Amino acid sequence: MIYGRQNEIVTHKRWDQKMAQEINVDCRGENCPVPLVETRKAIRKAEKDDVIIVTGDHPASKKEIPMAVEAMGLELLSVEGKEDNWEIKIRI
Amino acid sequence: MMSGKATLIVASGEHDKLYSAFIIGNGALAMGMEVSMYFTFWSLERLKKKGINKGPLSKMNFLGLGKLFLKWKMKKANVRTLDKMLDDYVELGGKIFACDMTMGIMGINREDLRDDIITEYCAVGTYVKEARESEITLYL
Repeated sequence: MIYGRQNEIVTHKRWDQKMAQEINVDCRGENCPVPLVETRKAIRKAEKDDVIIVTGDHPASKKEIPMAVEAMGLELLSVEGKEDNWEIKIRI
Repeated sequence: MMSGKATLIVASGEHDKLYSAFIIGNGALAMGMEVSMYFTFWSLERLKKKGINKGPLSKMNFLGLGKLFLKWKMKKANVRTLDKMLDDYVELGGKIFACDMTMGIMGINREDLRDDIITEYCAVGTYVKEARESEITLYL
């Protein structure tokens, strides 16, 4: 009985803690300024520690999304791929 | 998380000028800035209900043929439409101000305009106050 209650409390605490989410933003085929705008929308909706993964093929956005990430003081985890096929990871 | 502010005066009602305004505005919002746009004179026509797409081109309009051609080229390049850009601008928290005085001159009433997207009806003082706090100000 006592064990049961303790377990319940523990489970409840764990249930309360939100897990960090991985959010995918697919901007392939999109032109200026959509990749930036869609990334910003995802950032606004995300919570602390969430990771946003943006994929795209618009060459200028590969440089500009990291600029926006820096301007907003977020963590740029990685920028990978070619100019016309890239993936950018951001941590909130 | 916001860093800096951009303040734009949108005085032209032409399709291409509106595109410039919303591309710059959305870009600045996406880079974490606060953005305010002041609509005055001809641009007020574009704030009318269903008015956003109705502007002619500032150059080579050719009675609307030029605009049709540009729209076709933009669709081919997968450029987002102006009304979607306006939706993005509002969703990202961009503010729209309508100039009271020019509304009077142009014979435009509040009932004619898209009240749902207008932050405030104002005069020049509001613009000056915001512009002096801004890192970027543009006149389009």
